[in-house]
Amino acid sequence: MTLPESEPTQFPCIRTVGIDGMLVSFGDRLSEPANRAALALRAAIEGEGWDGVEETSTSLVSTFLRFDPLHLSHATLTQRLTGFLQGTNWTEAALPEGRRYFRIPTVYGTDLAPQLDEAAALAGMTRDEAVASISGTRVRVTTIGFAPGQPYLGELPEAWNIPRQNALTPTVPMAALVVAIRQLVLFSVTTPTGWRHIGQTAFRLFRPDSDTPFVLRPGDEVQFVPTAGDQLANMEQDPNGGAEWEAIP
Amino acid sequence: MRRVLIVHRAGPGVTIQDGGRPGFLAFGLSRGGATDRLALAEGAALLGQSDDLAVLEMPGMGGRFEVTQDTRFALTGGEMRATLDGAPLVWNASHLLPAGAVLDIGPVTSGAYGYLHLGGGIGTEPAMGARATHLTAGLGRVIEAGQRLPLGVDKGSRAGMLLPRDDRFRGGTLRVVESLQTGFFPADDLKRFTTTTFTRDTRANRMGVRMPSDGPGFHVEGGLNVVSEIIVPGDIQVTGDGTPFVLLSECQTTGGYPRIATVLPADLPRVAQAPPGAKLGFRFVPLAEAVEAEAKFRKHCKDLPRSLQPLVRDPHDISDLLSYQLISGVTAGDDL
Repeated sequence: MTLPESEPTQFPCIRTVGIDGMLVSFGDRLSEPANRAALALRAAIEGEGWDGVEETSTSLVSTFLRFDPLHLSHATLTQRLTGFLQGTNWTEAALPEGRRYFRIPTVYGTDLAPQLDEAAALAGMTRDEAVASISGTRVRVTTIGFAPGQPYLGELPEAWNIPRQNALTPTVPMAALVVAIRQLVLFSVTTPTGWRHIGQTAFRLFRPDSDTPFVLRPGDEVQFVPTAGDQLANMEQDPNGGAEWEAIP
Repeated sequence: MRRVLIVHRAGPGVTIQDGGRPGFLAFGLSRGGATDRLALAEGAALLGQSDDLAVLEMPGMGGRFEVTQDTRFALTGGEMRATLDGAPLVWNASHLLPAGAVLDIGPVTSGAYGYLHLGGGIGTEPAMGARATHLTAGLGRVIEAGQRLPLGVDKGSRAGMLLPRDDRFRGGTLRVVESLQTGFFPADDLKRFTTTTFTRDTRANRMGVRMPSDGPGFHVEGGLNVVSEIIVPGDIQVTGDGTPFVLLSECQTTGGYPRIATVLPADLPRVAQAPPGAKLGFRFVPLAEAVEAEAKFRKHCKDLPRSLQPLVRDPHDISDLLSYQLISGVTAGDDL
């Protein structure tokens, strides 16, 4: 694709979002270093506790700051961010602390996830090869977004650089595992999607009545372990869907 | 006995709302809250209470309500046909609802979202720090007939006040600032974007409002490959068919469709309240002007109590008088 002229070509770059947002981007497409930088910068800014900054988050390749523009001017914040960015190679920064490694039982294919064969064909694999490839990759939560607690996970091997569908699938169930453009998404809600439904879990990502309503955090790592279709009903008794996890040292 | 609002009937999509839940962007949960934030401030001013208190948001149609103890209430936002035991009520005003009386709120006559505020606010159990229903996140659900909603403690007593209405209920020009993806659009398209008249589509909800126009759509070359990025309320997302979609309080938190501009928060109530078919346009303003507009908007909300006027009653023709707009001098013409 030809980039529009005004697309930033130098990273990191600082841009405004609406009147009360500032975005520091580390790339124009998902990459491990850009995602690592976004996570690290957010953690560092959170640690600073700047007056006037009300909230921070990360997207795939950027750190976002929501601030009060009547309290903290755009010029001051830009200057502060510029200074903060200098002197650190954020793309090589350490990942945030407290990350965890989850193993989530997943039913691949069958009636529960009817687009496995289609996705495998697009990736140039047999069904078994596709399951081995996806379930053998330990993916990282690159961002949480779109819906509450919902992770984007990547990156998968290059073969999985498959496009989204042209038409939307009207609905896939909560906890569905879908794939496109070298990424997985595990849905926190029942939703329409343009991504292909290849696996089904029973992992509840958003638990509004719990003390920890959002289970996964950016930086966590996940492996989607194959399990038999008849296990799903058992898994659904448990909000964790039979998942196990441990701290990443 | 606790004060309760009894819902005898509710229009589709009536929800409990407040200022929403800021602070969960990093976890994919947008702030949510009332789509017309100015209406929250107006109701708070009319009842002399905090604008943090929860209210009922009524899209297009109200409902039938009763209280178990005498309760003050106020009606703001898009005007609806409202009666108290059959007698017409003035909109954008506060009133007293005696225990057992029937408050009927009918279809909207101007704007899109009406609000019912109650003295002490709706006192349902907060979830994650707020009472706001967030339909897309599955937090709370729409109000249904038969529900009994607890009310908070009312520290005030004043009712019978009126606020002048503004002109946010019929579309108009929306001020926008450039956002991070504005530069992806060709300059000619950006110019055309500001000279095109858009129509508020019937496809609209708490997530956003679709705004088609008669002209060609707006496109970014390779737009479907733009990396997914943070979304904020007010962002104007251009979907695959080239139609702008102005995002509101319950929008998603990230998205891949390019955004052509962002509507100022001060002008978002005008988007929310534009009725289907209303004409809307966009005008870019510099960031500095947008920040000034925000300061002015916040001051306006804060100063609303100063604009309060007593609801004048003429004892000779009280039943008719209350259905008229007495203050703004501007009416749709079909109510006189």
